[in-house]
Amino acid sequence: MTKTLNRRAVLAGATAVAGTIAAPAIVGAQQAPIRIGLLHPVTGALAREGSQCREGALLAIEHINAAGGIKSLGGARIEAVLADAQSRPEAGAAEVDKLHEAGVVAIQGPFASGIALATTQAAARHNLAHLVDVGVVDTIVTRGLSNTFRFGPGFGAITRAALDNLVRLNDGAGKPVQTVMVIHEDSAFGSGMARLMNEELPKRGFQVVETIGHPSPQRDFTNIALRVRQARPDLLIPSNYLNEFILMARTLQQQRISVKGIYAVLGGAASNIRFVREHNEAAQHIMDCNHWYDPRKPQSQAFAAGLAAKSIDLTYETMLNYANMQVLADALERAASRDRARVIEALASSTFNDHIMPYGPTKFENGQNTGAQAVNTQIIGQRIEVIFPAAFASATPVFPVPSRG
Amino acid sequence: MELLLPAVLNGLTTGAIYAVVALGLTLIYGVLHIVNFAHGSLLMLALYAVYFLHAATGIDPYAALPILAVGFFALGYVIQRLVVQPVSHGKDQNILMATLGIAIVIDNGALALWSSNTRTIDLPYAFDVVEVLGAFIPLPKAIGFFAALGIAGVLWIAIQRTDLGRAIRAVAKERQGARLVGIRVEHIYAMCFGLGTACVAAAACLLLPTFYVTPQVGYAFVLVAFTTVVLGGMGSFPGALVGGLLLGVVEAVAGLYLGESLGQIGIFVIFILVLLFRPTGLFGAKAA
Repeated sequence: MTKTLNRRAVLAGATAVAGTIAAPAIVGAQQAPIRIGLLHPVTGALAREGSQCREGALLAIEHINAAGGIKSLGGARIEAVLADAQSRPEAGAAEVDKLHEAGVVAIQGPFASGIALATTQAAARHNLAHLVDVGVVDTIVTRGLSNTFRFGPGFGAITRAALDNLVRLNDGAGKPVQTVMVIHEDSAFGSGMARLMNEELPKRGFQVVETIGHPSPQRDFTNIALRVRQARPDLLIPSNYLNEFILMARTLQQQRISVKGIYAVLGGAASNIRFVREHNEAAQHIMDCNHWYDPRKPQSQAFAAGLAAKSIDLTYETMLNYANMQVLADALERAASRDRARVIEALASSTFNDHIMPYGPTKFENGQNTGAQAVNTQIIGQRIEVIFPAAFASATPVFPVPSRG
Repeated sequence: MELLLPAVLNGLTTGAIYAVVALGLTLIYGVLHIVNFAHGSLLMLALYAVYFLHAATGIDPYAALPILAVGFFALGYVIQRLVVQPVSHGKDQNILMATLGIAIVIDNGALALWSSNTRTIDLPYAFDVVEVLGAFIPLPKAIGFFAALGIAGVLWIAIQRTDLGRAIRAVAKERQGARLVGIRVEHIYAMCFGLGTACVAAAACLLLPTFYVTPQVGYAFVLVAFTTVVLGGMGSFPGALVGGLLLGVVEAVAGLYLGESLGQIGIFVIFILVLLFRPTGLFGAKAA
């Protein structure tokens, strides 16, 4: 039996081959976008921080989509479904239900620990993967919720790094600091920090002379500044959000309070370039142990350039949200599915290393990324410099700080 | 003890602002015999006016004081003539509901227009301080204190020495009698509401250099202002001034010794004590 190859057969074959090759592109163009819930407090007391978070995540989505979307899902684009937690846990939880109805595949947010405790639980009811972007309270990942993941470091890891680096800093300068005063906002985040400092600092040879709590928002820091003057601590350790941190730093300056250092742990403003720019004098030499990116990575440069192009401030909120979205996109890529359970599985087995943070490959244990770590920064001049760990340091610490006189 | 003096001075500067807010409230109460629930919302509105005026034209909050005082006087006059008076039909409880309604409209309008974001203004002299007996008082707070005293003085003279003041006092004491001698009672009502609202505008100008504005900000002050008015004696000017200063000091000192989270308790302890032992308020007997 012979088979003749005529012009018609060749044309038919060629069309079929071309069709097969082109098919993924056509399917890709038709793929419905993958909806991700971005849940942040963009109104209320935490509006500023929440908006920064949102911007970071949106920038990541823009970069991921520009790079071809999720390839294993036919190049499907990621589409953000924006939600507002209104700076209140119950509002955040209600938004989770709305996001579920909007058909999101996963949720990223919601900045504050108090809100995260509520939203992760609400998301668990819908079996929705929830990446906690910033909220550092350790109970977020210790309640056995299999849908909850935290890429950044938790409270325990951050404070451990903060305390170790404080000892290193103090020893390096000839132990100028012996007494410490803790100033904290009185919700879950600040109070937890204050308790931990009171337990851990004495073990490391520091004496905590006073611990002062204040509500958020706090109208006036004069009283607190006066108590600092009376207690005369060598070092101040503040833990509060942006507005209060700025108000506090300004009042300390107004009241001419001079200490050997202000060493914030997860300080609201100490790693915020807006604070450095707008209140430079009050901000000088304030140190912070906080989330920060690794500026040397090539992805980091694309990230920083993207922010600069949109005139968005470079803050840890933007960094963490950008990185979290990178982690989520990688998980979607590997899951190759919009199925919620598959996405959760993919996140749980993540070994993603192509992110902007100084962490190494991702490894979630009970939802917590074990490689996550905080770094120490100090405001020097107009810049936020990294001073610890030495591997990432861009400046040597100014410590003890020059007296304000 | 070395902390007590700075805390008291700081309390006095805060209290002076409370006093200006309370002056407006007590003026409206003294004549109209109503509690103006919209007072806090009008304060919030005035704070936004200061903020936007500064943002748009760069005008200093203190320089904006006369402009806003006149503007808010007109606003208050119009609210009384066009809303409160027609709704009230001469019944006090209706006036109460009318002011509550105005408050709800203003609050939610602000939320819809400007969102709940915190806004502040940054002034070049925000960090300047005045040294008083070893205590550092931020310059804007010192200015606020003396301006508040000045405003209270001007109001006092206006009420005591001018024809308008005499008419206001006449209407406050005896409505029908005042009408019989030819005083236009409705006009006086509206003048009082206008003056009360102008006080709120003045307080806003003094407050914003050291504070912030959100749609909810009025409540933080109006609760203290109500307390001040009752503490000082309803309708009493000296009572509002002394009451405001006293509450500022009590709040600062209580915050210092009880902690910031508990500091507000001091205000209400004093309030309850005064009501128990002097139910008409500190200066209430004279005003009644």
